[in-house]
Amino acid sequence: MVKDQEFLKSKASYCLDLAKKMGATDASVTVGHSISETVNFRNKSLEASDRSDGLALSIETYLGKRRSSISSSNLLDENIKTLIEKCFETTKITPEDEFNSLPDKNLLAKQISSLNLYDETRFENDKKIKYLKDLEESASTDNQIINTESSFTENKSNFILANSDGFCDGYKTSSFAASCVTVAKDENSMERDYEFSSKRHLSDIKQAIDLGNKAAKQTIRKLSPKKIGSEKISIIFDKRISKGMLSAFASAISASAIARGTSFLKDKIDQQVFANSINVIDKPDIVKGMGSQNFDSEGVNSNTLQLIENGILKNYLVDTYNGKKLNLKSNGRSGGTTNLYFEKGNISYEDLLKKNSRSLYITETIGHGSNLVTGDYSVGATGFLVEDGEFKYPVNEITIAGNFKDMFKNILLANDLEFEYSVNSPTMMIEGMTVAGK
Amino acid sequence: MSDFFNKSDLTRQDADKIVSETLNNCDDGELYLEQSKSESILLDDNKIKSSNYSSDLGFGFRAISNEVVAYSYSNEISKDSLKNSSENLKSTLKSIKGTYNHEIPKSNKKFYKDINPIEQKTLDSKLEVLNKVNDFLRKKDGSVRQVTASFAGEQKSIEIIRSGGEALTDVRPLIRFNVSVMLEKNGRKETGVYGIGGRQSYDDYLKNDNWKNVCEEAFRIASVNLESKPAPAGEMKVVLGPGWPAILIHEAIGHGLEGDFNRKKTSAFHDLMGEKVASEGVTIIDDGTIDNRRGSLTIDDEGTPTERTVLIENGILKNFMQDRHNARLMNTRSTGSGRRENYRHIVLPRMRNTMMLSGNQTQDEMIKSVDKGIFAVSFGGGQVDITSGKFVFNCTEAYEINNGKIGSPIKGATLIGDGPSILKEVSMVGNDMMLDPGIGTCGKAGQGVPVGVAQPSILIDKMTVGGTKL
Repeated sequence: MVKDQEFLKSKASYCLDLAKKMGATDASVTVGHSISETVNFRNKSLEASDRSDGLALSIETYLGKRRSSISSSNLLDENIKTLIEKCFETTKITPEDEFNSLPDKNLLAKQISSLNLYDETRFENDKKIKYLKDLEESASTDNQIINTESSFTENKSNFILANSDGFCDGYKTSSFAASCVTVAKDENSMERDYEFSSKRHLSDIKQAIDLGNKAAKQTIRKLSPKKIGSEKISIIFDKRISKGMLSAFASAISASAIARGTSFLKDKIDQQVFANSINVIDKPDIVKGMGSQNFDSEGVNSNTLQLIENGILKNYLVDTYNGKKLNLKSNGRSGGTTNLYFEKGNISYEDLLKKNSRSLYITETIGHGSNLVTGDYSVGATGFLVEDGEFKYPVNEITIAGNFKDMFKNILLANDLEFEYSVNSPTMMIEGMTVAGK
Repeated sequence: MSDFFNKSDLTRQDADKIVSETLNNCDDGELYLEQSKSESILLDDNKIKSSNYSSDLGFGFRAISNEVVAYSYSNEISKDSLKNSSENLKSTLKSIKGTYNHEIPKSNKKFYKDINPIEQKTLDSKLEVLNKVNDFLRKKDGSVRQVTASFAGEQKSIEIIRSGGEALTDVRPLIRFNVSVMLEKNGRKETGVYGIGGRQSYDDYLKNDNWKNVCEEAFRIASVNLESKPAPAGEMKVVLGPGWPAILIHEAIGHGLEGDFNRKKTSAFHDLMGEKVASEGVTIIDDGTIDNRRGSLTIDDEGTPTERTVLIENGILKNFMQDRHNARLMNTRSTGSGRRENYRHIVLPRMRNTMMLSGNQTQDEMIKSVDKGIFAVSFGGGQVDITSGKFVFNCTEAYEINNGKIGSPIKGATLIGDGPSILKEVSMVGNDMMLDPGIGTCGKAGQGVPVGVAQPSILIDKMTVGGTKL
């Protein structure tokens, strides 16, 4: 069983009391407990089971504008005492920073509403095994599939965040995740692809059979890929890739990147950064949402933010420290975005495929080719050549490149948005990027 | 050395008993105990932005029978907690019986000292170095807009208890010093990053004001990039500089030669043992035994002493990298490559220091032989799709080559290639093998472990460069 609120609260107040007693002017502490159980399958038989049970504690102590932090997994009182002593000693010799402080009291979350983020259902390992058997059975019906690997993870977590201004709150969350990776082989090639489902509640997880079928289908269609020539071509990003554009955008508008001047979107508030049909929203209070939260990692209340309105940048993601630096109030985004998404576009998926006589449909990218200082983007890619709306043949060993500043202004979104993850995007088309191939 | 039993109701005798009783009917497994102390101190934006100290303690209990691995970890070292884990392992493996293999090789060699680098340098003197870095760079040039400098230090003590009570221990220090600088000129911003590190004390790396060299290098890379032009797109010749660019070897070849992917036949290399996979003159080894290197280990995380494993010899594929589990299933021996990020994770076969050895040509000869291509000196990160064999890495410093001469610097671009065939495209191997500066972290299945790489300059006849200029 995951530790209850009372236990975590008692640890948190022990830490705060001790820090105060030693002379800290302020302190904040997070105590968490998480239990997770994973079962792994390979080629229709059990491969591994993994159980983890972890406590975690992190404390920040302040002496005026001086601050330092410690973290530990050992929650014995004696160990906590040694660590807080060490932390406070370090705080004393750390230079002052005028922006260091606990969050403004009036921004702290007052009452928390239930977002239904915890499902207490216990999915015993035997049931996980049954699920994975069904999944791999359906993934291996085609004889081109030569290897299947799948896993089911169940996680239950609880935490308490407390600070010396009297904030003390936390809540339980759960997650259930099933995934399947399949390898297919023909005379020319060997390819891998995957499918997964991750939800707060067990009953929302995709059916094992559907997951296995989809992974296999997606892998087989990649066999015998071709390399294409280097050219400018319109690129369609599958949903699982298009959401990555949102993640890059979110990193570029974090108050930390803006305050440090290391973002290509610095000083762009109220300016056009996306095509004018584009709206981007970050919504923390979606019931059962994978990214939902009642408050951010500092205890600050978080409301829905419209980040992009008709292509115009309206908000950064602001935490207390960097907010003070930029003269902005925290908007409860210490720790980043919550449920981030593009509002859906007007064109159907089918029409998007047909929009150009020839386009490249990307299903996977590899490499870390996003430079958020300059906006330059260059990654390895795999996908399909699409002609007149039809998937013609798989393509690999190519790269796609451009600059976010231009790419964002040339985005066209389909109307197929679904809320599956914490970041969600419809299928996306971008014109004017370069493909490097033969 | 940590005593894992002095503050617990669990005695060593209890632990031995529970371990032996749990693993009795298994093929392999162990109790892995770990205590780590780590710190990170960060200067950013003219200020000491954070100083964090962390201490972590826990165990991971593993039992293996046939192909099934059962694992359970906890950060509470107690009798109850270990018994719970034991029950958990037994319930997974209830119907699968094995025969425990007690054999584990021994060695007296150690590749680093039992030090705690965090305690060997005062916080004050660490802060002083970071402030000096900031002042030095900001005074150096008016174009400097941002300076970030950091220290990261760690001491990890481990103990491995095997069935029958055999115990193996190791104490592993690790440090890293990093500088990043952002310049702005005529409205353009570019960053340069450089770092150093390994398994010695901070001062072993910082003596003779070596921090200045780190600053100069970061500054030089950023300055070069301020002048960079759009990179070309398409297939061309690529000259790689010595040292850190060997992450190409790590991604293109290394991962594909890890035992697990080959046992499962999901690596593009699984049926190529004994075959020619590289040009003549190409020899690649994975070595855990180089003194004080970031990727070195006295024993791996299963207790096996590390070694120098020849992967490719003169173009021929010779060995895979193995942990005990995959080695047993493939009827071979562990190469001391079983590693885990920490006690929360299972052991996987991983790289240590992966190196291509020197040949006898010069970088100059390589450049002169290229009509049109690029010269890549420094990289960010890389990634590989083990199954298709396709790999990428990102240039952070590269130049055009035109008619045998190095030309303008080019913008960061991704290079993509095919692992099993790329080494056949190596047409020249330099005489200038160099180790990387000690900064690599390799990610696999969500676990990061410190690694090293090395190579001489090499000429690759054909690779796809992912620029924007057609």
